[in-house]
Amino acid sequence: MNSINASLQFVPISYYLFFCTVLFCIGVTGVLIKRNALLILMSVELMINSINLLLAAFSTYLNDPAGQIFVFFIMVVAAAEVAIGLAIIVVIYRTTHSIDIDILNKLKW
Amino acid sequence: MMFTKYIFFFLSILALYSALMVLMSRKPIHSVLYLTLTFFAIAGHYVLLNAQFLAVVHVIVYAGAIMVLFLFTVMLLNLNKEEVSPKPVWIKIVVIIAGGTLMIVMIGIFRGYDVALKEDPFLTQIGLVKNLGRVLYKDYLLPFELSSILFLTAMVGAVLLGKKEQI
Amino acid sequence: MNYELRMINLIINLIPLFPLLGFLILGLGFNRIPAKVASVVGPGTVLLSFAGSLIVFFHLLSGHGTGGSGRIVTTLFNWISFSGFTISFSFLMDPLSLLMLLVITGVGFLIHLYSVGYMKGDQGYNRFFAYMNLFVFFMLLLVMGAGYVMMFIGWEGVGLCSYLLIGFWFKNQEFNNAAKKAFIMNRIGDLGFLLGIFLLFTTFGSLNYLDIFGQVKELNPGTGVLTVITLLLFAGAVGKSAQIPLFTWLPDAMAGPTPVSALIHAATMVTAGVYMVARSNILFVLAPATMTVVAVTGLATVLFAASIAIFQNDIKKILAYSTISQLGYMFVALGMGAFTGAMFHLATHAFFKALLFLAAGSVIHALGGEQDIRKMGGLGPSINKTRWVFLIGTIAISGIPPFSGFFSKDEILSHLFNRSSILYIFALAGAIMTSFYMFRLYYLTFHGKFRGTAEQKHHLHESPSVMLLPLFILAGLSIAGGVINLPAFMNGSAWLQSFLAPVFSDALPFLKPPEFEPGPGLEWLLVAISVVCVVCVIPVAYLWYVLSQEEERKEPLWQSFLRKIPANKYYIDELYDTLFVRPVMSLSKGFHEIGEKKIIDRFVDGIGVLVVRTGNTIRYLQTGHVGFYVFMMVAGIIAVLIFNLVI
Repeated sequence: MNSINASLQFVPISYYLFFCTVLFCIGVTGVLIKRNALLILMSVELMINSINLLLAAFSTYLNDPAGQIFVFFIMVVAAAEVAIGLAIIVVIYRTTHSIDIDILNKLKW
Repeated sequence: MMFTKYIFFFLSILALYSALMVLMSRKPIHSVLYLTLTFFAIAGHYVLLNAQFLAVVHVIVYAGAIMVLFLFTVMLLNLNKEEVSPKPVWIKIVVIIAGGTLMIVMIGIFRGYDVALKEDPFLTQIGLVKNLGRVLYKDYLLPFELSSILFLTAMVGAVLLGKKEQI
Repeated sequence: MNYELRMINLIINLIPLFPLLGFLILGLGFNRIPAKVASVVGPGTVLLSFAGSLIVFFHLLSGHGTGGSGRIVTTLFNWISFSGFTISFSFLMDPLSLLMLLVITGVGFLIHLYSVGYMKGDQGYNRFFAYMNLFVFFMLLLVMGAGYVMMFIGWEGVGLCSYLLIGFWFKNQEFNNAAKKAFIMNRIGDLGFLLGIFLLFTTFGSLNYLDIFGQVKELNPGTGVLTVITLLLFAGAVGKSAQIPLFTWLPDAMAGPTPVSALIHAATMVTAGVYMVARSNILFVLAPATMTVVAVTGLATVLFAASIAIFQNDIKKILAYSTISQLGYMFVALGMGAFTGAMFHLATHAFFKALLFLAAGSVIHALGGEQDIRKMGGLGPSINKTRWVFLIGTIAISGIPPFSGFFSKDEILSHLFNRSSILYIFALAGAIMTSFYMFRLYYLTFHGKFRGTAEQKHHLHESPSVMLLPLFILAGLSIAGGVINLPAFMNGSAWLQSFLAPVFSDALPFLKPPEFEPGPGLEWLLVAISVVCVVCVIPVAYLWYVLSQEEERKEPLWQSFLRKIPANKYYIDELYDTLFVRPVMSLSKGFHEIGEKKIIDRFVDGIGVLVVRTGNTIRYLQTGHVGFYVFMMVAGIIAVLIFNLVI
């Protein structure tokens, strides 16, 4: 296993930064572009994952376990969030027979 | 050892491609499957970073639990239709421009940024289950226990929301 | 520090604590405490203070542990402390403050005791004793404090209590107005007092009596800053002690319950001004101009108030004007450098004025609230005890030997005679007027025919013994109070003079020496003159107010004109009303109409209107589309990032 990691020196941290940025922006675009609440939730998952990966990368590069512990807790929160979010989507669908977020504009003044 | 570099590029491109396909597929079920693929690519990245524990947890939680939830929802509610009224094209263009701008700006910020690496960082064993577990149960015991309460809350909330009768 | 001194220090600190405790118990317990407990706690705490004062008094008299200076300073804690300047919460016990202490707690206790009977059954019974205890506490702070700041705390505190007690029956709007009037007029004087304290601080860098008095001796007499300081301090005394021109609040203050009038507006609080001037004696003697102002103000007040008192018909108001007039005597004495005389008169005045007020309260009590002497008369037989104590008070205040008022007034008069014969004549005229209006009051109240209603006559009754007991004690003091300072030419020991001597010893060398030193023969002659003059007016009063019963005598026009002016208090209230109150009122009205309504209100309203209009306009941004919100959020993030990148 060590030999694999030793070879990682050829991958600078900036590669991870760029990769995660692109992944994050794809997530952002997805949130903006979609009207389907389910897909918006998926896009959020994409964003969370890009951040997770970046945290893990820095953790390894800086030799600090705190980053990976953080990833662990973010996963915990994300799992809870998805559970609740999907439950809400189910309720929305049940009441409106649609999961289009643009019809949820009743809070407009 | 350029081999690992190739692995990195391969995993990155796979992840980005499938992430784009999540947005571009017509049917939600395809999006869910592409998202699963993305998660597997990211799990590969974790292995590459010698974060084996994270890789395993990631596969179990995301690919195992969360994606199953998504699939359940899609199939249970029979949502597997094309979007009835996609947003107008001009909005899509504006959104893509906005996302692109965000990406350019962030990359502009990160460019030229480099972390001064500690000496021989890759010999560390922090990502191993043994080491991570020790830290988790020693320094982060309280948050760890609190997260169980968070799960309990989420569970109760989900059940309450999912009940047929109105509260 | 030896054991005995520590005990004394403890007792000194306890003296003001007792009334404060009483106030806290009664004030916090309010109506839940039964009236019987309040009747014990209220007077009891003051009695404890009196006992403490007696202990300290005898200790100081024996001279132990004072280091020969005749005073004890105890510091409780440092109150305000910053670089090089400390105001400590400390008490100074010297003969002057002890004299005040004994008067306050002694007379205060008797009046508390009297109130137990007088206020019986009142709705605010507990509240009354809470306020009274609070008053005693502040008054003790005032006289015991070792610096001007401590005095100021007490000064303001007694003003507050005075306000609370004048407006005690707050359901009557007139009483409330009287309370407000007293409070506001006191504020005018207090402003002067406060400015004087500031100036003292900038001049001497300290507010401690001992520091200031130590430094001031270095200054030349008549220094400008001293004159200003003393004038400002005197302004405070004028307000508190109801001298011209700030005296009109005191007659109105009679709206309060009669024990309040006796304690606050006759015996103790109004003498705070006298105490303050006597305490600052060295400052005042070094400012001769101020001394003249003090003397002239005092004398003018004596005559002015006495002339008004002759024509008043309200039993309490007559006594109020008489108080003002007697306070005037004290200020004349102070202004002429007769500090001992002033303090002597203060003490005896506390006795007989408290007695008069309490006896008047007893009369009012007997008549069921009637205060107009035109509706009294012939009360002598039915309330005999009250009548006799009232007569004792009347004789004492008139200055007829051997009652206490005679000795104190005579000391002031003879002192005046030595310095300025013109002032003496005026003061003597004041004494004659005093005798006249007091006997007029006495005759109209207790002699002649009863002029009230039949129902009142039926209900006439003597007061309960809890009210009479303080009256008897005070009567005894009024008779015998003079012995504490029997003058030398009567083979007296002039005990008070020697007792107070350490306090005034520094000031006396700076005083102008008297024009001549009278021998004992001349002193006796002066006594004879004043006694004869004072006694002579008694038959006149008897003749006018008892024998000639016709109320509506035919008067020539000029005479009724002369009568009307003092009867209406020289229209001073009306004058103040036109000169100060109305302009201020119309000015405030103008500010209200223009400044408040047209400028401030419009400005404030304008802000509201602006917000509403802006909201109306930009509310369209709030579309309700989640996608739009997220888009705006992303745009904002991009903006922030670009901003970070560029900067």
